[in-house]
Amino acid sequence: MSFEPSRYLNQTILEVPKSGIRKFFDVAATMPGAISLGVGEPDFVTPYHIRNAAINSLLDGETAYTSNWGMLSLREEIARYMQDRYHLTYDPKKEILVTVGASEGIDLSLRVLMNPGDEVLIPEPSYVSYAPGVIFAGGVPVPVPTSEQNGFALMPEALAAAVTPRTKAVILPYPNNPTGAVLDRPLLERLRDVFVENDLIVISDEIYSELTYTEEGHTSIASLPGMHERTIVLNGFSKAFAMTGWRMGYLCAPAAFADVMCKIHQYTILCAPRQGQVAAEEALRQGREDGYADVLSMRESYNQRRRLMVQSFRDMGLSCFEPLGAFYVFPGIQKTGLSSEDFCQRLLREKKVVTVPGTAFGASGEGYIRCSYATGIAKLTEALDRMADFVASL
Amino acid sequence: MESLQMQLLHLLQEDCRLPLEKLAVMTNATVETVATVIDDMERNGIILRYAPVINWDKTDRERVEAMIEVRVTPQRDQGFDAIAERIYRFDEVKSVYLMSGAYDLLLLVEAHTLKELAFFVSTKLSTLETVTGTATHFVLKRYKSDGVIFEGNDGDKRLVVTA
Repeated sequence: MSFEPSRYLNQTILEVPKSGIRKFFDVAATMPGAISLGVGEPDFVTPYHIRNAAINSLLDGETAYTSNWGMLSLREEIARYMQDRYHLTYDPKKEILVTVGASEGIDLSLRVLMNPGDEVLIPEPSYVSYAPGVIFAGGVPVPVPTSEQNGFALMPEALAAAVTPRTKAVILPYPNNPTGAVLDRPLLERLRDVFVENDLIVISDEIYSELTYTEEGHTSIASLPGMHERTIVLNGFSKAFAMTGWRMGYLCAPAAFADVMCKIHQYTILCAPRQGQVAAEEALRQGREDGYADVLSMRESYNQRRRLMVQSFRDMGLSCFEPLGAFYVFPGIQKTGLSSEDFCQRLLREKKVVTVPGTAFGASGEGYIRCSYATGIAKLTEALDRMADFVASL
Repeated sequence: MESLQMQLLHLLQEDCRLPLEKLAVMTNATVETVATVIDDMERNGIILRYAPVINWDKTDRERVEAMIEVRVTPQRDQGFDAIAERIYRFDEVKSVYLMSGAYDLLLLVEAHTLKELAFFVSTKLSTLETVTGTATHFVLKRYKSDGVIFEGNDGDKRLVVTA
């Protein structure tokens, strides 16, 4: 009998499909002159004073482990930040865990909550990692479709209708990747009623919280009465401070949850990388002193590009919901008669513009494409011109 | 949020060829308002001109630059302004700053050749009656100017597609 590796591998994990984004990467990476609107990270480089803090830390020989929870000085900065920005109160000693990106926070949250067969509700379209994360943790992901008509917001009625006796938790990913949708306070209050009534735990992925383009800004579900005790807030430095490659995130949760999550983190990760923690602390400390000048100037720039994108897609005759968060627009391409996948494939082949089909983020993304505006204005303008030509040619 | 004026200045500083229509969409203002604000800034001398940032070293033009520290005797009633004007009127002088510290004026001077620049200092600059001393420093390499990095690897280092 020949040696067959797959016989030894975990069947559940084998059956989870790879991300649909990958194949576009493979094609686009070999295509000279292609402009990518497929990048899910800031086009800014981490502000220099933050990088410099990490450089100095290395020069000072700070190369040892930190506490499993992360450096206390960093956790104290995070506690202040959460208080100042989102009116959230967490004890830096036992309710804040520094993670390797918010991604680790997703994994930890699901692993500590899931018993085999527990269901997790996931608004769709949304970020590609949630459903696989639920499966890896032994749970069952249950998509709750959202629609352009409702601004891609999670509607309380749809949420309630998806609840079963096995439902344990909900992932609340707003501001949303890929749609750019945000949830305002009145809607959050209505969702809160459903969460409480059905005794659900909320995993609130707020990684794009700083990139909210409304006057009132981001509201965390955990700040609503009755929600603090049943919410795990995930956040990080990647999007707000342009620090994706540093892999620096954190989670805030009541001590009973945080303590168990730290147990897994302690045995599997030990601690987030030290220089990342030093850089993250510098980002928050300087931000507190200068009114988050780095974040504000990046947000202003994204906001200008956001308006340009929406207007340009509407000028092409496509439907384009106005996203009020993150750095994506999610225009509808139904009227072209093409599927999302075909639209993106042909756009790439014929005009060398990389976009991501909505279906990469769940079946309800059919008819839409995700376009990131985390790209310089000159390239963005060129890409939009090419897309206008493409749409006109159909 | 920044004022419309500041937003427009920052956008134009980045790319002054952006058309009014795009500027209007990006700043959430009407084309008419954007045009008026820009006109006002041109009239008030906030925007002086629309010029590209040029890396002359990549052209085949012969060119030499120097920073020149100048000590002068300020004149009664006019302070440094009159002598500064006598200096900045020369075509060779690209920038003039009044400085605190060991000298008074700092000039950025440009000429085609070293000889030409030396000639400027010895015959035109040093001979002005209020100039009491000069120190000339030749520019060897320009790394960054007006916020633009001239050389270095500043390209996009991201993967083409990420979730």
